[in-house]
Order: sequence, then structure tokens, then C-alpha cells
Amino acid sequence: MADRVIYATYDDDHTLLEGAKKLVADGVHITDVFSPFPIHGIDPVIGVKHTRLGIVAMMFAVTGLMLAVIGFRYFMIADWPMNIGGKPNFSLLQNYPAFVPVTFEFTVLFAAHGMALTYLLRNKTLPGMPADNPYPRNTDDRFTMEIRLSDNHGMSSDDLHAKIKKTGIVEIEEKDYVVIK
Amino acid sequence: MEYQISSKAKRTIFATIGLGLVLFIIGAIMESGSEQFKTKILSNFLIDGFFFFAIALGSLFFLALQYATETGWSVAIKRIVEGVASYVVVGIGILIALFAVLTFMEGGYTDVDGHHLGHIYQWMDPEVVAHDPIIAAKAPFLTVPFFWIATLVYFTVYFLFYRGFRKRSLQEDIEGGTKIHMKNFAKGALFLVLFGYFSSTSSWHWLMSIDAHWFSTLFGWYTFGGMWCTSMTVIMLLIIYLKKNGYLEFVNDSHIHDVGKWIFATSFLWSYLFFSQYMLYWYADIPEEVIYYVQRIDQYSPVYWGMFMINFIIPMVVLMSREAKRSPGILMFVCLVIILGHWTDVYMLVTPGTMGEHGCIGLIEIGLFMTFAGVFTFYVLNTLTKAPLMPKNHPYLDESKHHEI
Repeated sequence: MADRVIYATYDDDHTLLEGAKKLVADGVHITDVFSPFPIHGIDPVIGVKHTRLGIVAMMFAVTGLMLAVIGFRYFMIADWPMNIGGKPNFSLLQNYPAFVPVTFEFTVLFAAHGMALTYLLRNKTLPGMPADNPYPRNTDDRFTMEIRLSDNHGMSSDDLHAKIKKTGIVEIEEKDYVVIK
Repeated sequence: MEYQISSKAKRTIFATIGLGLVLFIIGAIMESGSEQFKTKILSNFLIDGFFFFAIALGSLFFLALQYATETGWSVAIKRIVEGVASYVVVGIGILIALFAVLTFMEGGYTDVDGHHLGHIYQWMDPEVVAHDPIIAAKAPFLTVPFFWIATLVYFTVYFLFYRGFRKRSLQEDIEGGTKIHMKNFAKGALFLVLFGYFSSTSSWHWLMSIDAHWFSTLFGWYTFGGMWCTSMTVIMLLIIYLKKNGYLEFVNDSHIHDVGKWIFATSFLWSYLFFSQYMLYWYADIPEEVIYYVQRIDQYSPVYWGMFMINFIIPMVVLMSREAKRSPGILMFVCLVIILGHWTDVYMLVTPGTMGEHGCIGLIEIGLFMTFAGVFTFYVLNTLTKAPLMPKNHPYLDESKHHEI
């Protein structure tokens, strides 16, 4: 049987947050929330884990740092040593202060770009990819909760409808769950 | 009213002061025969006098910054920032006394066979200035009258602003409304402008002039970076201490996380300025400029690089993760290490210029540091007892209570 999903739409982020708290206290599992901007404090309520983007940033940063060191060691020390301002050009360590800005720039460049690309890829929101918000006005002024029936085994569709309707929604809709991408 | 210094804390503080004094006196007796004795004592008073004054001043700056930017989250820790800033009063007293002694001693030199050696401020000694065209050319900036006028202006401004902020903060508890808030906003902005100039020029007068021939344009920012970082660590230590003892119920993980971020960021600010200054002199390699670093690296290599590593690597590696910035145990360790690191930084600003190759961290240094630390802690805690730890009626109080990141 295809999974059914309920989309409950609100016109205020605060109402949604309060509603989510009430529903979770009632034992409802909320799969996701769609909003035009980050809603403060919603993550712990619906049980979203803390982002691991920081770890990705660290990995990219270390990659950038190592590439920088390998690069300038080859260019400036091994392959073609140049005398710049009378600085020792035969030793990476003694010449290192000159390379600190480059090291820094590479680290930041890799961390920033790597993080942004990873974020877009992981969210499947690269330019041109189809949008997966269930309600077009989620990018404007509507806030939508996604509640899958397969996540709430103990409750029937009617139960869920009754509970959700108590939380100040403006619209509710149940349909087959379709994976957009 | 609300917070009382526990008898255990009092015992610890007085024991620290007592032990520090004993160590200082033993050290002083052991050293008293040496030619560097006078210089050593005066250097140490300058190091500790400035270091602890700078913590209070950094805190005052942070308070003004919060007012000028109308920051909401920091309201819950405002009284602690004020408490740390209150030490400016004592710090000013100690520094004025020290500067008066130095002026009276014409720079604090020791007469060795008719030669004036071991000055704290060479330029205060007419004998030296008469034979030194470089220092003579720095008049009127490096002259005693200019030094005193400028110093008194800095101190007056710092003192008046501290008193004003504190007075209005207590007044706000009673009156409420937004009038006081808007006044704090304007005064905070004004303080930032004045502090922007004074933090640079005062560090030139008080610290950079020890190496009177040498100059660096970003020296002021460098000392400022260090002072800001130390202030944030002291504020953090107080928050952790008070929370552990059951106070500050509205200060949550997010506030601690935010102060942790400040420690992380200001450590980077300091390291960035350290390196910016270092790299320019290293690259240009002009003898009269690079001598400042040559001396420190030749004579104090382990202390100098050790200090840089502690102040840069430890906060960077340990405080990078989100969990570390929320864990009191890790934060306490990092804060204590950073405080020692930044004390060593101030030690490195003063000692090579005054003591030459004879400086070393011994009983005098440790003893005087402990004494100052004890007095500082007692004074700050004593200020905290005088007002409720949670401000009332601040317009952003509610926002701060529900701070969540």
C-alpha cells in the first residue's frame, strides 16, 4: 500500500511551533516542517538531529590546508626556489611565515565552498533541481508540517486529523506520499 | 543582596593572597642582592598592574559594545560583566601609584658604576634622553608631562564611563522604561569611539615605550586583542562558578555557548594580530625593527613560542566543536590555560625590554600574580554581592531569558 501523508499548513510560525509541541506531546511523529525561514527552536521539538555540516567543513578545511602546503612546497621550494626579500628559499620551515596567508586562504576557500556545495547536494537543491515543498506558498508566507502515516502506526488517519485540527491550522490535506526526487 | 561570597571562597581567596605574598617576599629576599632587583620588582608591578586592569577594561569595553549594539542575549550576564569591569577603579589606583613611582625614580633605573641601567621607561631619564637623539625626537609624545596628561585623561574617561554605566544599570532596576536604555546606547557608542583611540595610544605610552626605539602601528590592537580575550575568559569562569553554586538560573547553555564563541573568536583575533605584526617585521628584516623579535626569540624562545601556541592552538583545537563550547569542564580548563597564556603575553611585552636577558619566571612573578589574582577576584565578587545578579526592567531581559541558539 502506498504511504499516505498529511500536510497541515499554518499561517504563523509561532502557531506551528506551539502546535508541534502539542502534537509531539500527544505522541505524533512529525516527519518534517517546511518554512520560508528557519524557525527558532523547531529542531529539538520534531527531533531533527544536529547538523553534521561542521564535520564536513573540517574535512574540507584540512584538505585545503594540505593541498596548499603540498602546492607551495613544490612550487616555491622544490621546483623553482626564488630569492624573495633574501628569505631562505631552501627550507619550508624557515620560510613558513611567508606562506601562512596562503595556507589560511586555501583553508577558508575549501571549507566555505565545500560546505556550500555539500549543503546544496545533500538537500538536493542545486540550481535547476525540482522543488520539493508540498505547498508553493512555503517559500512565501505559509508553514507546512509533514506527517506520514507510516511513522504513526498507533494512530488512524482520523485520529491524526482530529488532533491536528486542534492546533490552529489554516489548511489540511491528505494524499499519497510521492517521492519528488 | 542576593549573592554572598561563601566562606569557602573567602578562605581560598585569602589563602591565595597570603601564599602569594609569602612567595613574593621570599623571592624578593633571595633576589635582593642582584643588580636587577629594582627593575624586576617594578616590571612585575607593571605586568600584573596592567594585566588585571586590562581584564577590567576589556570587560568595560564589552559592556559598552553590548549597549551600543543593543544586544539582547547578554542581558542575563550583564551584572557579571559589570562586576569584572568594576576592578578598573582599583586598577587605576595601582597604575597611578606605579607611574608616580616610576616618574619619581626617572624611569626606575639602577646606577651601576655611574651608568644608568635597567630602566622601565628609558625616556623618563633626562640622562638617557640627552644622549639619545631617537628618543629626543619622539618629544613631545614621549615626555613626562604628555604621558601624565594623556594617562589621566584615559583614566578619567574610563572611570567616569564605568561609574555611569553602573549607576544607570542599578537605576534601571528601579525605574524601568526605555529612557535609560537609550542613554546607555548613546554612551556606549561614545565610549567605543573614545576607547578606539585610547586603547591604542595608552598601550603605546604604557607598554610600547618600554622599548623606546621600537614602534609598531598595530601594537595597540595587539594588546587590545589580548585584553578582550582575557576578559571573556574571566567572565566565563565567573559564570561557571556562579552556576555551579546555584545562582544565575536564567543563564542557560546558549549563553555559555555564546560566551564560548567570544573566547574562540577573540583568541583568533589576538593570534591574527600577533602574526600580522610578526610577519611584517620578519619579512622586512630591518635591523632597528626586527631587534624586538630577535631579542624575544633568542633569549625567551620557549616562553615566547609556548605563549603563542597556548593562546592560539589550545582555544582553536579544543573550542572548535559545539559541544566543547557548552561543556563547563572543558571551558574551565581552556579559560584557566588562556589566562596563564595571556599573562605570559603581557610578561613578554614588558620583561625583555626592561630585564634584557635576565628575566625569568620565578617566585616573585608567581607570588605577585597570585596576590593580584586574589585581590582581583575578591573585589569582583564583592561587587557582585552589591546588586541582584539578574537585572530587572531591562528592555531585552525577556529576550535574554529565552535565549536559544
